[in-house]
Amino acid sequence: MTWQFVSEIIAWVLILSGSIFVVIGAVGTLRFPDFWSRLHAASVSESAGMILLIAGMCMHSGFTLITVKLIIIGGFIFITGPTSTHAVANAALTSGETPESDEDSAK
Amino acid sequence: MLRTILTALTLFALWLLMSGVYKPMIIGFGVVSAIISVIVVRRMDNAADTDRLEIRLGVFATIAYWAWLMIEIAKANWAVTKLILSPSMPINRHMFRIPYSQKTDLGQAIFANSITLTPGTISVEVEEGEFLIHAVGYSSDDLDALAEMDSRVTAIEGDSK
Repeated sequence: MTWQFVSEIIAWVLILSGSIFVVIGAVGTLRFPDFWSRLHAASVSESAGMILLIAGMCMHSGFTLITVKLIIIGGFIFITGPTSTHAVANAALTSGETPESDEDSAK
Repeated sequence: MLRTILTALTLFALWLLMSGVYKPMIIGFGVVSAIISVIVVRRMDNAADTDRLEIRLGVFATIAYWAWLMIEIAKANWAVTKLILSPSMPINRHMFRIPYSQKTDLGQAIFANSITLTPGTISVEVEEGEFLIHAVGYSSDDLDALAEMDSRVTAIEGDSK
């Protein structure tokens, strides 16, 4: 059990679970009924999937320049991802896409 | 002047990290491009508006906030994953407003981005003193969770002064 071996296993566990979350996000985007809930499904692959994949790739490459670049990419997606989601949601609201509320119909 | 030199050094350090090729010619390109970028920025400062984004956040408070946010993201991801994968898909879509207490634009942006970053909630619109939020698995606990996030963001913002 060398450190190389252990880090390799951790890396692949992270990468595989990240991929699973990306697939779950895609499934949710197809299953959810309307535009607004689909946005939420997409953010699963954007947050959990992205974080786990980048962490896994960092573990895989070890202490190299590639890890530094991956961390910079991760930080970038961390800021631009929610900003673009907000931009899409805001544009939808402005152009008259009214969200349905299950809360009101339940009462 | 010190600010200019620091900017140039930061840009050059970024070049070194990004390139990974340490031949004299490539490093020379890095030096030249860092200097050219700084000259362009200086010229733009003279020509256009001199708005500067001031980042005043407590360093340790910010790191602690990111750690807390990561746990929140993990919890929210799990909740939305359960919604997606359960056969009956018990979603509860709702739009509601949550007040924010941050004073600066940066603090408000951090709060709004944190809301969007946690799956299940999206900040849709900024209104006077409150955000319009869309949630997919709405429950009344969401209001408390978001109020806690709000006070935590305000805490890292207020730490600096």
